[in-house]
Amino acid sequence: MPKAHVASFGRFRRSHEFWLLLVILGLCAGLGFANAQFLTLQNLFDLLTSYAFVGILALGLLVVLIAGGIDISFTATASVAQYVTLSLANAYGANWISVFAIAIGIGGALGALNAVFIQKLRIPSIIVSIATLNIFYGLLIFFTGGKYIYSLPDWFATGIFWFEFEWGKDSSYGVNLQILALALAFLVTWLLLNRTNIGRQIYAMGGNADAAQRLGFHVFGLNILVYGYMGVMAGIASLIQAQLAQSVAPTVLVGKELDVVAAVVLGGASLMGGVGTVLGTFLGLTLLAVLQNGIILLGVSSYWSPFFVGLVILISVSATAWSQRERRTRSARA
Amino acid sequence: MSNASLRRRMVGLAGSGTVGTLLLLLLALWVVFAITIGDRFFSANTLQSMAFQMPELGILSLAMMLALLSGGLNLSIIATANLSGLTIAFLLTRYIPGSQGIAWVGIQALAIAAGFAVAALVGLLNGFVIAYLGVSPILATLGTMTLCKGVAIGLSRGNVVSGFPDPIVFIGNGTVFGVPFALIILAFCAFPIALMLNATPFGAKVYMIGSNEQATRYSGVNTRAVLLKLYVLSSLLAGVAAVVMLARFNSANAAYGESYLLVTILAAVLGGIDPFGGFGKVGGLMLALIILQVISSAFNLLNLSQFLTLAIWGGILIVVAAVPHFAGKMLR
Amino acid sequence: MSTFLEMSGISKRFGGVHALRNVDLTLEAGEVHCLVGENGSGKSTLIKIISGVEAAEPGGRIAICGKEYPNLNPVYSTHCGIQVIYQDLSLFPNLTVAENIAMAHHLGGLHSVDWVSIRATAKATMAKIGVEFDPDAKVAELSIAGRQLVAICRALAADAKLLIMDEPTASLTRHEVNTLIKLVSELKRAGICVVFVSHRLDEVLEIAERVTVLRDGAKVGTFAADTINGRKLSQLMTGKSFEYQVQAPELAAGPIVLEVKGLGREGEYEDVSLQLRAGEVVGLTGLLGSGRTELALSLFGMKPPDRGTIALDGRPVALRTNADAIDRGIAYVSEDRLALGLILNQSVTANVTLTVLERLAGAFGLIAARARRTHVARWVAELGIKVSNPANAVKTLSGGNQQRVVLAKWMATNPRVLILDSPTVGVDISAKDGIYEIIRRLARDGVAVLMISDEIPEVLYHSHRVLVMREGRLTTDVAAAATSEDALRQAVNA
Repeated sequence: MPKAHVASFGRFRRSHEFWLLLVILGLCAGLGFANAQFLTLQNLFDLLTSYAFVGILALGLLVVLIAGGIDISFTATASVAQYVTLSLANAYGANWISVFAIAIGIGGALGALNAVFIQKLRIPSIIVSIATLNIFYGLLIFFTGGKYIYSLPDWFATGIFWFEFEWGKDSSYGVNLQILALALAFLVTWLLLNRTNIGRQIYAMGGNADAAQRLGFHVFGLNILVYGYMGVMAGIASLIQAQLAQSVAPTVLVGKELDVVAAVVLGGASLMGGVGTVLGTFLGLTLLAVLQNGIILLGVSSYWSPFFVGLVILISVSATAWSQRERRTRSARA
Repeated sequence: MSNASLRRRMVGLAGSGTVGTLLLLLLALWVVFAITIGDRFFSANTLQSMAFQMPELGILSLAMMLALLSGGLNLSIIATANLSGLTIAFLLTRYIPGSQGIAWVGIQALAIAAGFAVAALVGLLNGFVIAYLGVSPILATLGTMTLCKGVAIGLSRGNVVSGFPDPIVFIGNGTVFGVPFALIILAFCAFPIALMLNATPFGAKVYMIGSNEQATRYSGVNTRAVLLKLYVLSSLLAGVAAVVMLARFNSANAAYGESYLLVTILAAVLGGIDPFGGFGKVGGLMLALIILQVISSAFNLLNLSQFLTLAIWGGILIVVAAVPHFAGKMLR
Repeated sequence: MSTFLEMSGISKRFGGVHALRNVDLTLEAGEVHCLVGENGSGKSTLIKIISGVEAAEPGGRIAICGKEYPNLNPVYSTHCGIQVIYQDLSLFPNLTVAENIAMAHHLGGLHSVDWVSIRATAKATMAKIGVEFDPDAKVAELSIAGRQLVAICRALAADAKLLIMDEPTASLTRHEVNTLIKLVSELKRAGICVVFVSHRLDEVLEIAERVTVLRDGAKVGTFAADTINGRKLSQLMTGKSFEYQVQAPELAAGPIVLEVKGLGREGEYEDVSLQLRAGEVVGLTGLLGSGRTELALSLFGMKPPDRGTIALDGRPVALRTNADAIDRGIAYVSEDRLALGLILNQSVTANVTLTVLERLAGAFGLIAARARRTHVARWVAELGIKVSNPANAVKTLSGGNQQRVVLAKWMATNPRVLILDSPTVGVDISAKDGIYEIIRRLARDGVAVLMISDEIPEVLYHSHRVLVMREGRLTTDVAAAATSEDALRQAVNA
């Protein structure tokens, strides 16, 4: 192996992502051994489909955390985008392009509003997003009365199913709307963060906000972009969630904020800003998904699922903190 | 780190509402509601119903406030309250029927004590993981939140446990000279905590840790021990909230009051508690709670949706948080 | 030599207060120019005007390479090759070395990242000044000195013609400072003008060709470095004269309070034996990384030693935590006042009482407001802390007053042994004397003082006895009267 590759592999081996990967591989091996169902294509596709909503939101939140902020208003943003978009689609008719354009527009605008409050009124992001969570959600339920929408346009309810193929006797697989959106979200977020100068500026700003200002970054614009991106992700996630649930339920999304936070921080993103990767977020999401799925496949009552999830979160964050502390003491002595 | 975080802290400090702003706001609200609602707003009935609704959120907000002051956060308060509420409910529904006399009284006392013990245990876990393992509070309490909820759901299978003896129900629904008993409990929590924060070595250390934990440690303070105690205390308050909640609803469940979690942070920040730690008073928090309750009750009287109340709460938080910014601009 | 920058009649007011008053400055290409002055003398404002961050008042003239810039802004200034390296370096710790050096690549409108050219730029720039870091390493993994080199590379990659460095040596070891000085002379040879802003006067004289002194926003003058010395320089900066003499060994030095034998801690220091007597000020100097701070932290119970014994009044003690040490009368003033010595956002009252909270508590463990007030008033008066209201945050005080707050906090514990780590860092020259006076007073009251410092004159002129540490070992233990600045310098750097 060339020297550079050895060095970068060495760096990867010390990274949070490496340990997460090991844990997941171990978990998968164990689950695959215990239950043949686990490592089937069917299960894989099901998992991807049901975790797409949390995954897309997690990618939006990842960008916000890297930039050094936090947002927890995204569930309310998603609820608003979902309700308004599909109401409009029901009333005036629409197609795939127009519903996504509307949802993205609404999500992006609400997200950008957060950035305006944070930057122009100089209020910490945690306060702003708690406030806007209540404002968006409160107004949505006030105006809609919290009524569910069960009738969706036929084409929307049917969804999409690409690259269909048969496997075994009577199971067929394909790329559905959820998987497609999740894959695109991962791709776009990865490109944004690693392949564009704006993405690198987001990392830089999260790492040292003062320096970013001094070097002449357009800090306000970057924040609009970051929180707007979170809103866009919320808009997209809201549509694929409605498609999967086959209904619009304005009250079920709010309250799931912390599931998303858990996935991102398990993936190694820091609340202090500047740290976090798309791969890490993918692994954090995978860990949660595999864990919850595995518990069900092992025949454990689903009532106990949160218990095990909580246990894994606690053990993994404790182990990470402990190993970091050990490394610090060792390097301090060296 | 120091420069950026210092600035963030200063922004946070400036972003918190002062007692003056809050009093002004409360006065304005009273005037507005006096005009729009009239006498009904000041009736004994209205006041009493306000006084019944405030304590749960109030006690939970105190629990949140303690963690915030130390520069942390406690996301597990609701889950802790539900877990300890279910513990109490299990014991009561299992052993109370058929018991009488001393045993009847004793079982109730023991059940509540068991609930507190569970809460303390969760607090110990939080405190240990945060103070001794160095996990960030948001992560640690996110974990214990899920864990507690998991145990609560696992044991109760998601069911509601209900039907408690009269003394327990009294805690949530009775009055003493017209004052709801739950409000008295809130006062019995708020005053000692205010005293502890303002006038004891422990309280002073909490504020200092909230501003700079390392410098506090260098001054000879055993910061880990302080944090451990603080999270136990925060958890115990969640235990008190559990008793009030189960008494008011005459039932317990693994998922009660989940929407309160972010509202406790909202109330605390509105009350002038710096979300980055180090600053904030119990008095400010109580004022914020009264403001939130006044809006909620008035909207109720006006037949406006409780969800509109939520939106107004959010709006008020932004306005109050923006006051220092505008004040600074006006001064310049 | 050609003139790179010429400015004249520069004034600047902030809210009616003159930060700069009619200042002239000329910088030649390829010269090393030092800018000195006390806090508030206008150094940082001057730098901000040169870099275009602040605008000078009308009437001032700025010319760069002969061209006038009536409205200099950061864009023009960068374009002309002016680069400032602030004390905090303004690097992005979470990004790679290559990205930090080639940061200019990331600026501008949306475009894709060319990782190949970023690495190439970084490597070429590093090669120019002969440093070699892994371009893919995170800056957070580098030492402070390493980060400084990255910051210099970033400035060079942006084609710097004038490099302004604000307190560049503040956290470097002597060895690293030497490397930096060598590097500066190379930059000079390449025709780059380097402006050093520093408070370490001996370094200033070592490196500079010309020195400009500012006082109270006005220029005192520009001097050729070989025409002045350190004493003259501090006189110019403060407008006062300072004469120091070696202190006579205190004849009445009391009994041994603290005795350390064969103390060692793996990888930090070894085989240290020393004695501190009541009423004695002992100076301890050595390079950064010589083990002096680690030794102090061991005596303060925060880094328990692996070997050896610590005895107080002849009785061996085990100091496992700093609470143990404080209980036994040992106090420690940290070198990092802003991060470890004080809690900047909190009030003077909160800081001064922090170490004695339990003692102030009365019935039911409550601290009476009056007890707290009296305590604070006493120490504010005793140490002459200038603060209009003790409820004000410590961060609003000057460096010297902040240090008095730290001293008050520790003196309130009635220490028998006081360890001071770099007690006058960030304190103005004119305020330093006040700190020394307090130290002398403590010694007269029978406290054993161990004063650690980088600055050789500081330990020599303000201690009775001087210790030198080198590479983790105590190498010198001599009466101040029996040694000299040169002898100590040799012992430190040998």
